[in-house]
Amino acid sequence: MVQADRVIETTCPFCGVGCQMDLHIKDEQIFRVSGCFNNEVNFGNLCVKGRFGYDFVHAPDRLTEPLMRDSRKEPFKSTSWNKALKIVATRLRKIRDQDGPNSVAILTSAKCTNEENYLLQKFARAVIGTNNVDHCARL
Amino acid sequence: MAGLAITLGSGAMTNSISDIHDADVMLVIGSNTTESHPVLSLQMKAGVRKNGAKLILIDPRKIELAQFAHLHLRHTPGTDVALINALAQVILAEGLHDQKFIDDRTEGFEAFCEAVRDWTPERAALITGVPAEDIRKAARLYGNAKSAAIFWAMGITQHTTGTDNVKSLANLALLTGNFGRPGTGTNPLRGQNNVQGACDMGGLPNVFPGYQSVIDDGCRRRFAEGWHVPYEKLSPNPGLTVTEIMDAALKGTVKGIFIMGENPMLSDPNLSHVEEALREVDFLAVQDIFLNETAEFADIILPAVSFAEKVGTVTNTERRVQLTRKALDPIGNAQADWEILIKLANSFGAGWHYENPAEIFDEMAKLTPQYQGMSHERLESGGIQWPCPSPDHPGTRILHTEKFTRGLGLFSPVDYIPPAEEPDEEYPLILSTGRVLFHWHGGTLTRRSPGLDELAPYPEVEIHPEDAAQLGIGDNDSVKVHSRRGVISARARLTDRSSPGIIFLTFHYAEAPANLLTSSAVDPIAKIPEYKVSAVRLEPGMDTDQE
Repeated sequence: MVQADRVIETTCPFCGVGCQMDLHIKDEQIFRVSGCFNNEVNFGNLCVKGRFGYDFVHAPDRLTEPLMRDSRKEPFKSTSWNKALKIVATRLRKIRDQDGPNSVAILTSAKCTNEENYLLQKFARAVIGTNNVDHCARL
Repeated sequence: MAGLAITLGSGAMTNSISDIHDADVMLVIGSNTTESHPVLSLQMKAGVRKNGAKLILIDPRKIELAQFAHLHLRHTPGTDVALINALAQVILAEGLHDQKFIDDRTEGFEAFCEAVRDWTPERAALITGVPAEDIRKAARLYGNAKSAAIFWAMGITQHTTGTDNVKSLANLALLTGNFGRPGTGTNPLRGQNNVQGACDMGGLPNVFPGYQSVIDDGCRRRFAEGWHVPYEKLSPNPGLTVTEIMDAALKGTVKGIFIMGENPMLSDPNLSHVEEALREVDFLAVQDIFLNETAEFADIILPAVSFAEKVGTVTNTERRVQLTRKALDPIGNAQADWEILIKLANSFGAGWHYENPAEIFDEMAKLTPQYQGMSHERLESGGIQWPCPSPDHPGTRILHTEKFTRGLGLFSPVDYIPPAEEPDEEYPLILSTGRVLFHWHGGTLTRRSPGLDELAPYPEVEIHPEDAAQLGIGDNDSVKVHSRRGVISARARLTDRSSPGIIFLTFHYAEAPANLLTSSAVDPIAKIPEYKVSAVRLEPGMDTDQE
């Protein structure tokens, strides 16, 4: 049997049950997933997605570089993080300064962490100055 | 979850996964639990098989859970309030209610009695299509139980009457005193892994973290202080919801949109409308791990990392906060969402300094009463359920044990309102949408897993054999599904899982997006779109379309 380089206990990313599981890593790839028993959520069980649904992490079409384009008619081209962040900041700031904070809207994510959701709504409220912040809880 | 916030004061699952099997009776309505929350459904199955619990299933479709149910009520989609009011009517008429609980812990009982008095099972049967005798049996089972738990999911909330549906379920539990003990309560099963957390964290237009209202002066002062920004900076006006953001973009009042880890081009209702909106905005930035359907419209795309490449916490459906740990380094030049957001804020001169997600959590916990006693360090030894007010508090397994979050539980009279769109001559069938076991939401993640995609490789539309015969549609034929908003192609799956007159589609497939068909009619309070009822017609398609 393949020996894991390391085993990391974490939370399943699919549904709201939050099953606890071990990711078995070999050569920087998830090669096996097993359920954890030391909890009151899944008691060692996992479903078919939770056990086998992780090819997406290593999918060849993962985004690996910031992408930009000057107009929507053009294809995307790679750019640096510095340039990408500068463009986002400049454009959002321009819209906010010209048309007010409520001309900007932000969608946070039910697939991101608490820390990330916290930061993004803080960004909307304390940096942009709008309460136009929502996510797909309703969908 | 607006319905529960109004009636109980707290919009979350009242009980825990681990006490499901303590219920004598489980009422599951609008939740295809075995496919959408498979591991949680194991507790329901164990309750039935090992502990002799009785399961009442209320669902138009003959889903897998029907095999475990003692009673399966198959109502017409969108008629939930009529059915639940009739359950309450029987419980009252037969004296199965808990008068002591009602006297001690609730208010609004008289008005509620008045509102359900005329909802006899016979009247509800005409609207719901469920035999009156089955409604009586279900009411007696639920009303006589020592402990009864109600579970629901999007089948209850994705209606124009979603808030009313939830209120009527809360009424049922208040009426029978089914709160505050193991195996009871009102239990909404949350969809995404961190939808509970995203709401808790204030990813909503009307509240700061911890559901602290943006219109409340004291809340704004607390956050201005905690965030070191001038009080005037924080807007006292509630913002726009997703659906309203798209409308505003079309009107030109919203000009810039920043989207993190969401794909409204697949998950929002009435997709052609969303597409127009995204084309219309001056600037669209998308932060994601894939170039998804929404990113196609972006000006700039920031590459984020998957769950396996970052540290953080997520909150599950039973309010349990758990750690996500880093197992892999970011792929390519991608960065964790939290790192990107810090840099973005700092390019506005915000001066944010966080070394790691644990520090972000600490700041959040100071400002969020439910999370106050938690830290990454504590969570290392296992998840904790909120509310957890202090570092020595063990967390809360069951809400509302002594009193409700709002004090007294509030009975809310609700009347039946038909769905926004009902079948007619031109569009004679009802379309309901949902999930299958093998795919997740918009399919961005699971359709990239060959093993899963092989099990459910193409979109199918569930059609009752009687409807199919009338239209000359055979099993596996290509069919076109038309609504007033659009048309998609799928393969016919002839099955009696759906009743005659009702068809079912999933929204996992970008090549046949079910939400091209759904209407953008929303619940007036929760603003949730009515995904479970759209009027459609079927047409045999050309087989070549599928190839």
